[in-house]
This record gives sequence, structure tokens and C-alpha cells, in this order.
Amino acid sequence: MADATDAGWGYLANAPGFVRTSGPAVLTSRFAFEDSYTLERSLATGGYEGLRAALRRTPAEVHEEVRQASLLGRGGAGFPAGVKWGFCPDGVWPRYLVVNGDESEPGTYKDRLLMERDPHQLIEGCLIACYAIGLSQCFLYVRGEMALAQERIAAALNEAYAAGLVGAGVLGTDLSVDIVLHWGAGAYIVGEETALIESLEGNRGMPRLKPPYFPAAIGLYGRPTIVNNVETLANLPWIMEHGAEAYRGFGSEASPGTRLFSLSGHVRRPGVYEVEQGVTTFRDLIYGDDFCQGIRDGHELKMFIPGGGSAPWFFNEHLDLPLEARPVGAAGSMLGSGAIVVMDETTDAVKACLRLVRFFANESCGKCTPCREGTSWEEKILQRIYDGHGRPSDIDLLLDVGDNISPGPYPAASFEAEGLEAVPFPPLQTTICPLGPSAVAPIVSAIRRFRHEFEAKITRGDGIPVRAEVSA
Amino acid sequence: MSDGVSTGSTDTDATVTITVNGDEVAARPGELLIDACERSGTYIPRFCHHPRMAPVGMCRMCIVDVDTGPGPALQPSCMIECTPGMQVDTRSERTRKAQDGVLEMLLVNHPLDCSVCDKGGECPLQDQTMTFGPGESRFIEEKRLFLKPIPVNSNVYLDRERCILCDRCTRFADQVAGDRLIHFLDRGARTQVNTFPGEPFSSYFSGNTVQICPVGALTAVPYRFKARPWDLQEVESTSVLDSVGSRITVQSSRDRVLRFQGADADAVNWGWLSDKERFVFEAYDHPDRLTGPLMRGDDIGNRDPDGSALVSAPWGEALGAAAAALSATTADRIAVIGGARLTNESQYAWAKLAKGVLGTDHVDAQLGDGLPAEVVLGLPRATIDGACTPGGTIVLLGPDPKEELGALYLRLRHAVVHDGATLIEITPLSTGLSTHAAHSVRIRPGEAVMAVEAMFGGSGSGALDRATRLELAAAGGAIVAGGPVTVLLGRTSLAESEGLVVDAALALNDRMPDASFLSLLRRGNVHGAIDMGLAPGLLPGRATLDEGRNRFDGIWPHVPAHRGHGTNAILEVAAAGGIDVLVLLGADILADVPDRSLARRALDGVRTVVAVDLFATPTAARADIVLPAAAPTEVDGSFTNLEGRISLVVRKVTAPGTSRPDWMIAVGLAERLGADLGFASVDDVWAELAAVSPVHAGLDREVLAASTREGVLVPGGMPLVRPAPTEVPDRDRDLFRLVVTRSMYDNGVLMAHSPALAGLAPGTRLVVEPSDLLRLGVNDGDTVVVTGPGGRLNVVVGSDPGVTRGTAHVLFNQSGLDAGDLIDASASVTDLRMEKAP
Repeated sequence: MADATDAGWGYLANAPGFVRTSGPAVLTSRFAFEDSYTLERSLATGGYEGLRAALRRTPAEVHEEVRQASLLGRGGAGFPAGVKWGFCPDGVWPRYLVVNGDESEPGTYKDRLLMERDPHQLIEGCLIACYAIGLSQCFLYVRGEMALAQERIAAALNEAYAAGLVGAGVLGTDLSVDIVLHWGAGAYIVGEETALIESLEGNRGMPRLKPPYFPAAIGLYGRPTIVNNVETLANLPWIMEHGAEAYRGFGSEASPGTRLFSLSGHVRRPGVYEVEQGVTTFRDLIYGDDFCQGIRDGHELKMFIPGGGSAPWFFNEHLDLPLEARPVGAAGSMLGSGAIVVMDETTDAVKACLRLVRFFANESCGKCTPCREGTSWEEKILQRIYDGHGRPSDIDLLLDVGDNISPGPYPAASFEAEGLEAVPFPPLQTTICPLGPSAVAPIVSAIRRFRHEFEAKITRGDGIPVRAEVSA
Repeated sequence: MSDGVSTGSTDTDATVTITVNGDEVAARPGELLIDACERSGTYIPRFCHHPRMAPVGMCRMCIVDVDTGPGPALQPSCMIECTPGMQVDTRSERTRKAQDGVLEMLLVNHPLDCSVCDKGGECPLQDQTMTFGPGESRFIEEKRLFLKPIPVNSNVYLDRERCILCDRCTRFADQVAGDRLIHFLDRGARTQVNTFPGEPFSSYFSGNTVQICPVGALTAVPYRFKARPWDLQEVESTSVLDSVGSRITVQSSRDRVLRFQGADADAVNWGWLSDKERFVFEAYDHPDRLTGPLMRGDDIGNRDPDGSALVSAPWGEALGAAAAALSATTADRIAVIGGARLTNESQYAWAKLAKGVLGTDHVDAQLGDGLPAEVVLGLPRATIDGACTPGGTIVLLGPDPKEELGALYLRLRHAVVHDGATLIEITPLSTGLSTHAAHSVRIRPGEAVMAVEAMFGGSGSGALDRATRLELAAAGGAIVAGGPVTVLLGRTSLAESEGLVVDAALALNDRMPDASFLSLLRRGNVHGAIDMGLAPGLLPGRATLDEGRNRFDGIWPHVPAHRGHGTNAILEVAAAGGIDVLVLLGADILADVPDRSLARRALDGVRTVVAVDLFATPTAARADIVLPAAAPTEVDGSFTNLEGRISLVVRKVTAPGTSRPDWMIAVGLAERLGADLGFASVDDVWAELAAVSPVHAGLDREVLAASTREGVLVPGGMPLVRPAPTEVPDRDRDLFRLVVTRSMYDNGVLMAHSPALAGLAPGTRLVVEPSDLLRLGVNDGDTVVVTGPGGRLNVVVGSDPGVTRGTAHVLFNQSGLDAGDLIDASASVTDLRMEKAP
């Protein structure tokens, strides 16, 4: 691991987004360099050493090493990558690796930095995965809006092809891998892996029906397909170079390694932080000097979203939870994609809720009824309440429509003042994919905790409906 | 079945036991839960699920509590297959709440304009809202608004506000019809079904989307605002428009047919119809229908045998005149052409009149565009289900099923695309199935026998291109290695003689004795006509004159002594003055006979033409006596489809004026000739048929009515007769071999009288392969001079890569270029010389 020199840090002064900490830098070691995205810098700082290390071993050994490292998927579900790789049915070829670079969860921007700042690390990770699973074709699906990431990956791929790192006979071995860069067209739902596969095939980005539950059985073009998140794969070079043992030295037993968290909102120093999983707490991250350095001056924490817009909200009493999937899930939310949005007391809970629900209503793909109709209905009710046209019954209506999207008690943090216990994650759903239930998270969170804010907005109670416009 | 589209066939022996609301239910392995529940009497509400299409699980209406071990969970019952021990609760509180919730959300943006919606009264959304819904909506915002309705094509209108986005129409277009022209656009609550700009839903099958729409979003122009469903009366009948015999529901109100709907016959059309079958009823209701007999007369309505006009006449006089003309000549100078529009019973009555009473054997229901009846009956016969066997092999040696037999095309497409059937095409043009064919081989007219030789490694295929030979050899290999083989047999081109197809069919039969043949003769009840003896040399019941002679003894006054002529030969004789009376049973020979000049000359050469028809067609306009017949919705009877499957045709409305069923006309005419056919009803005809025809013995209307919707497949054939091989002249490489085919829509009389279909005929021009265009030194759209048997013509030429090199293609019976003027029926192929216009 090459550490950044002090000389490189000047660049970051003008580029908020990544903040270096004193902790380990598994994924971000090269971020300090202004030319971190070039092959030259990558090679000068140990780039492709992990690949060389992998190629010295058999694919099965590489696979085993990843399994030993307990590398958890970083896309949100946290499924162990080594186990997922094993789901490919034996003897079925061809099979594909698809890299999910459609990062679009509200509040998340860590994959974008990984792609912009160190595309070679990602390419190297792809090659290692392809070698381990026995693939020769990889598709890199990058979100449509991420122009710089697309540019840098394209340039990096050209460099890598020219250098014999990608293509036929990687590094002179008989490993041949083609990596195709695919630009998305801008849809949140394509972050869902089966919708991503549909989009990659040229169809409308809509989730496929389950079963089959994993594309590893039937995926892209009906073939076995492994879909991995950008950050997951970016871990592989380090694991290969330093070994699973060293990797497990970071983080906790259940969640080894480091992880990128994207912090935004009312903190002093927002940005992406590389954090050891499980041993760091929300409090460390939000208040620690090494991290966000606390809430902006003169204000105090009201609530925070621990894992992207789909996650139920957390509050002061959850600050000491470790950054680890299980305890966060038990407390009624999720770490998801590692996006923490911090809101101080100036935040209007109704408006925050409306803003999040509007996102999901806009991004619903339209495939299944509860999500398509339910989320936009919820948005309209919230808009009406926010505009002062709410009725007292609308609060319960919001909850009941939410219940029809996600039946049963919805995951939520405890609220002792009201005598409410935490409901653990994940939610149930009447929908095909989790997008619809995601829109319920802010509603249940906000009403459970800040019902008085909703009631305060319902002054007239006249129920004047939200106007519609005629579409062509 | 990798994509989960149902095949319609399930292993019925094995069962898995599941529990539905506490009761044990035997389900078939792999059966969807929603279907198993419905069979056992528990209806689960649904909108997107359709038994003939792959499940999508979009509407979420069919969510029920399912426990497969880990405890009950809400699952869409249209998506999960029954597994042993599955516990299902369709009435749990949780199920009810989820279904109420989904229904409420479906109605959130639905306009609830049921009172002005055509679907109101037969609307699944309306019905299920009444049965399952919460009854009241809590939605007070303004609903989604769209401009409406918008046409997606000239016959189908789309109201996007009513749409509940169930994906049925879009799935139909994609999975069933293969015309991906309607799609979801936009997303979230703004999602809409629409076409892309400038690309209308120009599918031959668009009407099916109207039928399967679970709301009133898609409406068909011919039915819009015509009736309320509760005012409709309906009968189940058979479409007689083409030889598939699709099962239909005929719906009428106030004695007018207002709609045809497809009925789901498992063995036939699976509920689908082509738009032509669906909308043709408009023609039957057209004011131009003949309402009484017509005879020659003058301009002011007086009857005059030499008059230039047709004037109305009483039935007695018209029949009398026809009888007089028939009595005044000998049997050998009488001919009967046509009869494919008729029911089996009417065909039998006319066969008895022509062959038994008049004694002529110059009788042919085919119009020079078919195949010899003995070959159709002599080759081993296939069924549609047999042809569509999963894993089977289909050899297409005939016309494009998409253009001629729409409902059959959908079955074949399903077999090839979803059930793994292997398709081998040997056709002069690419077809609607070419993109799915394992081997799609282009041949020129006259090369079919060579193609068969090339498939099986025989000699004598030397005149074919090397690439074609290799492709054919590969196709032959696929046949040898593949499953059961069905040959789809029909005329590949109207500009080559039937003998060329017959020779190739016999060669295929020699090479593959186990292969069966499905006739692609397209015209209505033509297979019934063959079975009823409306073909030269045949008697009712698939018998030759000699075989049947004894059987008809005492029942028919005569049986013709010698085999008569087929249509082309009749017309040749007529043109030479050898026919005195020509009876045309619904045959518009000026439009339907491929050799247009032959038909014209024949009409000129005949003394008396008697036309029995629905309309005053161009041919009928030249007749001496025109007798008005009742349309298929106005008669009772039965129909025989291309498999030999008999199903009922049921009368729904009254025939206009004094027009009457064809069998009655035959009875009346026989009476004037002093003969009693002995028929006072359709049942009388059937009783006699069952007595004389061994293949129809034991069948009667009760048996047919009691049969399932599929009808009764009549077994039995004839010994295969092998006509002498047809000679083909060597191909002159400077000439172009003419290929003439039909398209779904043409200028036929029924099309012209159906407002929904009238404007759809595409027109035609002379089309050659692009490299031939280069060879001629002309551009697409240039005028060339064509020299052929019909003389010299200046025509506009175009190009299409789907045409075989060295051939020139024209569509039949279209505006733009009259293919009938180019065809010479006396030659086995028609060659054209083409030159750049000076």
C-alpha cells in the first residue's frame, strides 16, 4: 500500500467530496494524487499488484481468499461476495460479470469517487473477480449522470487495453477478459440488479420478477451473471495483495474491512470517509475530529438517515450504534449504501419527508401498482399537508397507504417517549422490488417522531386537492 | 419454455396436493397457483395475468397468503407454481387488506367514467371492484390527465387515463404477435402505453389487445359506442373467413352483428383472431349487400336478357331463368366454380345439385390458386397441435402464414419462439417467421423439387446456388436429427402451377414417410368443399367417383361418369365456347383467379353466368342472373378447417331482404329442374351426408354442439394419387421469374366493404432483390419495361432483400400493379424480361 505524500493533498483543497482520515486506506490510498486516475500513477503506487498476486494462484484459491476475507457486498444488501460468486451453476457458459456503478441512492456518492479517482483499482478488481469465477466478459454499468466517471473509466480502459492489462492474454497469461463500459440513461431503479440487467440488454429498466432470486442462476441474456457493486470490487486488489488475514484485521469480526461512508447535510465537514466497519460509531463519524467534526455551528442534531434515502431515520439515541449491518438493522434501519444524511433542528420534518417521497415517486419504474400509484399518492398527500391543505385524517391515510405498499409494522427506530419499540429491518412488501417500501421509510419515521409537526401544518383542514396537468 | 410462456399443454396425470382455504386441491406440477385455485372454484382477482401469456406479476391484485414452510407470506399467485404441501389462504385478513389496497390504488388514477365507457358492464376492473374492493376511495387529489383517446392505429383507440398498466397489450404485441410497436413510456405514475412517434401499431393482430384489455383503455373503432354489453346477445360460432376456422363469439344487438370476439379453443386459435377475421363482420352488415335476385335488364328497370344493366327480379323468375338455361344444355357444358364461402351443408346440397342432378363433374371450389384435392386428402394429414409440438420440426413449403392464415401464424410463432420447434422455410420470399427460422431458404419458382433433393443429398439440385444447397443440406440434417416433422403445404406463388408444389410435396413424402402435412389452402371452408365433393373427380366423403358410385346409388339421381375439369381448365374450355352455363358460388373470378385475362375471356365465352353471392362483385356485375346468398352470421351449419376439424357455424342475425342460405338456393333451383334434393333443413342435409359419407358417419349437430369448443376432428383420407411431374423450363438468367403472393389485406370484396379494413391494403409494385436492381442499372422507384406473356408494360420497380435473386415479386389483387395481368396460367412458371425504360 503506497501512502500519499503530503505534496499530493493540495489538490483536495479545491475538491470537496473525499476527506482523508488517519485510519487505514484500503480503497482510497491513491485519492490524494491529482493524477490518481492515470495508469502511470496507478502503476507507480502498486496498481495491478493485486492482479499479479491473484494470477500466481489458481482461480479456486483466489475465490477462497475472498471468501476468507468475508468481503460483504457494498451495494446495500451486504451479501458476502465470495458466497455470491459460488451461486453460478457449474458448467454453464458463458457467464458474465456486471459491475453495478449505477449509484443513485439519495445521499450516496462514494462509488462515483471510486470511479473518478481510481478507475484502475476498479478495473483491477474486475479482472480479479473474472479470474476467480472464470469469466471472460465484464460489463461496467455506470450511471448516466456521472460524466466524469464515464470519461475516466473509458480513458483508463483504453490505457489498460494498450498496456495488455485487459483484453486477450492479461499480463501474458492465458486469462482473457473484455470489459465493456455501458452508460446508463438515468434511472434510480437501475441500481436494482435485475433492472440493471434489463437496461443492459436494451430494455426498459424494470426489475425482473423473483424467483430466480439471484441473477447468478439466470441473468444477463439468460446466462449466469454476477452483479457486484463498484466498492465491493475495488476491495479485491488490496485483499489479493495483502491477504484475507490482513483484511480481517480491519473492522469487526462480522463486518471486516473498511467501508466508504458518504456524509452530507448539516455537518461541519461533509464528505466521503473511509471507515473501519463495526468498530466506528455514528457518533465518531458525525462528531469525531477525524471525521465530520460535529453539527454546523450553533445547531444540534435533529435526525439522521443512516443508510441512504431508503433507510428509516435515526436520532440522538442511536449515535452510539456501531457502523455494522446487524445492530443497525435491529434498531430499525439499515446501513444500506453507507450514505448518512445529517439534519439539524432547523429541518422541517414534513418537508424532508416530502422531498424524499417525491424522489421515490419520480423514480418508480411504473411496473407494479402499489409502488407506481402508492408513492405518487403519498407525495400528493404530503404536498397538500405541506401547502396547508391537509386534513386531520391525512396522517393516518399516509400510514395506511404505506401499509398497503409495505404491509405490517414498518421498520422504525424506537421512540421511548411514545412507548414505541424498534421494528427491525427489512420491511415486507406487496411490490416487486424494494423501491416502493423505500418511500414508506421517511413517512413512518417522520410521523412516528414528529407527528406534532404534521398536525401543526394541518390548520385549515380544507383538503384542496393537488392539481394535475394534462400530458400529451 | 425458458421464458415461462405457457404452452397450453400440461401433463395431466401427475398431481401435487395443496391446501386452499383449508380444502385439499389437486394441482398439476408446474401449474400456477392462480390457475389451480380457479380450477378448484376459488377465484383470485387478477388483471395482468392471462393464461396465454407469460406472467409478469405487475398488477399485484392476485396477492394471497401463501405458506410453503417458513410461514405465511403475501405472494402474487400468478407468479408461483404449486408445490406439494403449499398452504394458501385467499381470505385472510392480510390478503383482503392487500387486495383492497391494490384495487384502491388501481382506481387512484382511473377516471371511473364507466357510464360512458364501452367496457362498462364487461369490465374486469368494474367487476372486481364490486367483488373485492373497499367500495370507497380515499383519494381526493386530481387524477392523472392525458389527451384522449389517441389512435394507436386506424382501428384501435387508446385512452391512457383508463389504462391500469397491466402489460397485457404490450406483452401481446411482444410475445404473441411479435410486433413490438406499443410500449410503456415514461415512468412512475406518469407511465403510459403508447406508440413511438411515426410508428403506429400496424399489426395484423391489434384487435386482440382490445379483447384482452381488462379496462376500457383500448377500444376498437367498429364497436365504439355501438352497444352496451348487457344489450348484446351472443352465440359461439366459427370464423369462416379463412381455413383456420378460428372459434369466435358473434355478438349482436337489435339484429345487427356488432362484434366478433375470439373464443379460446385450445386446439385452434387460443382466443386470438387476426384483425381481418375480427372486423370482417362489418362487410356482412354493409348496405351494398344484395337483398334480392338480379337479372339482366335495361336502364329503367325492365328485364331484358340482352340488357346492359342488372335489375331486380323475383326469386321465382330468377330461379326459373337459371333452370331454363341449365335445362337447355347438356351436363358436359355446365360448370360450377366456387363454394368455399359455404357451410358444409350448403356445399353438400350444391354438390348434389351439380353432380347428382345436373350430372356435371366440372365442379371446383378452388379458383386456380389451390392444390389438387386428391393430394390434400392423400398426404398424411397433420393437426395444428401436431405441427406445434414442442421440439418438433416445421417445414414451410407454401405461402407466408402471417399474410394468409393469421391465427395459424400466431400458433406457429408460439411453437417456434417459445416451445422450441424448429422451423425450416423453403419459400421464394422471406416470411413473417423468417427471423425465427432455423433455416430460411430462398428458392425461385420451379426449384422446389430441387430443394428437396438438396436437403436429402439427392442428385439433380445442380441448378441451385451453392449457398442455397449448403443451407438446404443443413436443413435436411436438422430434420434427420429433429423431432416429428410437419410440412406446411401450400402455393408458394400464384404465378407457378400447382404441379410444382405437388411434385415437391410428393418428394418430401418420399423422403420423410413419417412426416405429416398441414394444408395451407386458405380460402374459407375450402377443406369442407373438398370433403363435400366440390372438386373434380370427387364425391362427398373423400371418395372418388368410382369408389362412391355405389354409395350414392338411389340417393342421388346420377353420379358423373367421367372426371371433370378444375377451375383453370373450365375457364379455358369456357373461353373456347365449350361451356354454356357457368355457376359461380361466391367466386369473384375476375379478382380471385390468378390469370386475369383467362377469367375475362371465359366470361365472354359463356352463354349464361349465374352468380350466387353476397355482393354485386365485378364478376357478378357481368352475370346474367345474380342470386343473393346469406352471410356466415346469418346461417346455421358447420365448417371444416384445414385440419379436417368440424365445428358449428351458428346463425345470429337475419339475412337482408330475401337473400337466403346457399343450400336453400340449391334446393329451389333443383325444384325448378324437376328434382327434389330432399332437404327441408340443415339437419336433413347432415343426415344424408352422415348416411353416405363414412368419414362423417355418426356426426350430427347434437354431437358437434356437445363437443368441446374445439369441434370434432374427422379422420380418414384417400389413397395418394401421383400426378405426372410438371415440366419446368430452364431458367434464362436474363429473365426474372415472377412470384405473386397475397398479403393479409387486399382489394377483395369483403375487405372493400369493411370500413375498418378497406384502407389497409398496402398496394404493390414490382420488387426485385437489390443486386438485381444494380444489374438492371436502375434505381428503386425507376420505371422499367416488363415483357411477359401479357405483353409489354411500363412499371415502377423497387427492391427488397427478402426477395430471391432472379425473381420479381408482386402482391396479388392490389392497387398499383395488377398481378393478374402478368400471370399466365397455361405455363408452369412465368418469366419476365425487364429492361431499363428508354
